[in-house]
Amino acid sequence: MENNSKKSRRKFLDKGLKIGIASAIGGVALSKLSTSLKANAEEGSGETMELMTTDGTIIQVDSSEVVEMGHRHGMDYNVREGIPNRKFVMVVDLAKCKNALKCQSACNKAHYITGDNAWMKVYKMQESEDTAPYWMPTTCQHCDKPACVTVCPVDATFKRKDGLVLIDNDRCIGCRFCMAACPYSTRVFNWGDPGQEVTLNLDMTGVEPTPEYAGMPSLKGTVDKCDFCPHMVKEGELPHCVTACPNGVFYFGDKYEDTVTNGEETVRLSKLLEEKAGYRLLESLGTEPSVYYLPPVDRLVDFEDGMEHFTEFQSVEKPVKE
Amino acid sequence: MKNHDVIVQDLAPRKFGRLGAVWIGLLLLLIIIGIIAYVDQLVKGQVVTNMRDYALWGIYISNFVFFVATSFVGSVTVAILRLTNNAWRTPLVRIAEIITVACIAMAGITIMIDMARPDRLLNLFIHARLQSPITWDVIIIPTFLVISLLLLYFPLLPDFAILQKYYSKTKPKLSKWYGKLSLKWTGNAAQKEIQTKSIRVIAVLIILAGILLQTIDAWLFSTTYRTGWDSTNFAPYFISGAFVAGVGALVTVIYVVRRARKLEAYITEYHFDKMGKLLALACLIYLYFNINEYLIPAFTAKKGEEVHLATLFTGHYAPLFWFVTIAGLVLPIIVLLFKKGRKPLPMFFIGMIVVIASWWKRYIIITPTLLEPFLPIQGVPESWHSYFPSMHEWAITVATLAMALLIITLLVRYLPAVPIQRTADEQNLSATLQSSES
Ligand code: SF4
Ligand code: SF4
Ligand code: SF4
Repeated sequence: MENNSKKSRRKFLDKGLKIGIASAIGGVALSKLSTSLKANAEEGSGETMELMTTDGTIIQVDSSEVVEMGHRHGMDYNVREGIPNRKFVMVVDLAKCKNALKCQSACNKAHYITGDNAWMKVYKMQESEDTAPYWMPTTCQHCDKPACVTVCPVDATFKRKDGLVLIDNDRCIGCRFCMAACPYSTRVFNWGDPGQEVTLNLDMTGVEPTPEYAGMPSLKGTVDKCDFCPHMVKEGELPHCVTACPNGVFYFGDKYEDTVTNGEETVRLSKLLEEKAGYRLLESLGTEPSVYYLPPVDRLVDFEDGMEHFTEFQSVEKPVKE
Repeated sequence: MKNHDVIVQDLAPRKFGRLGAVWIGLLLLLIIIGIIAYVDQLVKGQVVTNMRDYALWGIYISNFVFFVATSFVGSVTVAILRLTNNAWRTPLVRIAEIITVACIAMAGITIMIDMARPDRLLNLFIHARLQSPITWDVIIIPTFLVISLLLLYFPLLPDFAILQKYYSKTKPKLSKWYGKLSLKWTGNAAQKEIQTKSIRVIAVLIILAGILLQTIDAWLFSTTYRTGWDSTNFAPYFISGAFVAGVGALVTVIYVVRRARKLEAYITEYHFDKMGKLLALACLIYLYFNINEYLIPAFTAKKGEEVHLATLFTGHYAPLFWFVTIAGLVLPIIVLLFKKGRKPLPMFFIGMIVVIASWWKRYIIITPTLLEPFLPIQGVPESWHSYFPSMHEWAITVATLAMALLIITLLVRYLPAVPIQRTADEQNLSATLQSSES
């Protein structure tokens, strides 16, 4: 497993990591969970096995009590490999976006963004004078051929099998080559001390969000970007921006299952893309993004309405100084 | 014809005068200011620079590219002068090799200054990934440094032996050092053969490594999608640019060394004339690649490229662009066409302009491109829309330049800037030398 290397900070995706390690070591777990599966199993085989519990003590268990257990969603997984057998995608319906910016503030809040550049941007777009303007939310595109990963000299930015492109900011050397390489300008850098308030969540209720809870805390001199909220996805929930959007712009889901949902409706990905003529940003570059866009047609609201929230020079709200 | 003792006396390193001391003091001052600024950057992080998420590289990188380019002079002089056995190279190669060593060493340091987490330098080795051009740089820069040190060192052996003897009475300590460095050089046939062979091998190596180094440097940029960098022309463009920067630096340094050490009898107008022609050739080749890089794309420019070219030709960067193109490229070609233009003093000024323009040229290659991303720049503070280096960046960058000059100065101080043995040989005095030795 990846987390042999160091530090508890690395458990950024997994609260239940310890249990995870114990079960992953032998690929086995106590069968208390699985009694229902093996309801008609005979009463003990007489053979015993030695197992180590989470606190390190060795216990003797009847081997019939032990079953092989695959990794499950919501359980542990290799942070660098990703959640097995999944392929996460997002669809952004530009027709519905009115620049409400709820996605942005939710993302900023959940990830404790303290810099001047949000991970989630809503661009005011207009390709040419005669074409219609529209609002375009962007996250990291989680490219299948990510330019950022190719150029990283230390494998700090990496691509997982479940589609996510993540950053190990314990390893990043701060060369910013990935930022130069990303054609979507989605990466942000911690030029100085991020100054996030890291409150240790000791009561274990998991209610109080901390940077640990939402991902890795930012580190000075390393790079950050949208991470597709693996801490939510792991629990089977939707990324913050998806749930925060009042207009149902974002659909998130699994390409293998061919389903995406915006929280209100769940639809077939292939059908959605076909019916609404989905496309991807800068397709010609060959980066193969995991984010699809639906063109801004048949819009329910005026583009102009979005101007109300448009701030050309700000994407992260600053706390008002007293 | 001069006799051997006079040559040794003329060419042996000697103490600096008043001016030299002031010069070193100035360089040290600049370096100290730079170090203070760098420590501050280490503590506070790169917020002290004016780089931000869009202008994510600044003068640290353009300065790095400049150093890498200038270090190419060693490969050029070797390729053109040593291997082809041009007679007029003798008083020039040593200085070229010194510049190469100083520049490549500083290139290595500069790239580390740009790293926001220098404390994790070792990750470059522990977690090295071969597909990243930075890893190629990590391999080629130390390699090139070693080769250029060897190239400086091997031809020095006979000179060290001469200096050991020369200083044996006046400065026994210094003489001892030269003796150690000379590796018991006596000049016998066997030694000479090994030396000649080794130099030949190193000479071939430095040409290969030099071309590789420039190419990798170009790939650092052309492996991205960015407008203005995503060019198949980039590697030869960088190599020819390095040719110009290198020869420009060579001319300038040689002029100063010649005046400071009063070497007019050894580095003559004839040498400057030759160097002038070489520089003109370099500029012509570079001009050709510039046309390929800027003029031809203008015909089929895609939208992004069109904007990019417009900011260079007529927009925000136009003054700088035309300065580096006209003063740094066209003007030298014109001046160097004339015999009068190839006299030492005009050559010195041309060399200076070429070096300064080369430095800004790298700035022009890097900054405008970064500020023209594919998606619009929105939602960031207004100051992020442009870039000009901060005081910290200037202080640190000036310090790196001062450090390069200091390395050159110290090497000129302790090494014979013009090869003694070869000069003597060429003046047909080796016979005298041998008899005086026995
Ligand atoms: S959008 Fe940029 S940062 Fe995200 S995966 Fe693609 S290249 Fe990498
Ligand atoms: S800044 Fe960090 S993540 Fe990006 S390329 Fe450099 S080491 Fe990799
Ligand atoms: S997926 Fe998560 S990290 Fe990415 S923009 Fe949405 S909330 Fe932010």
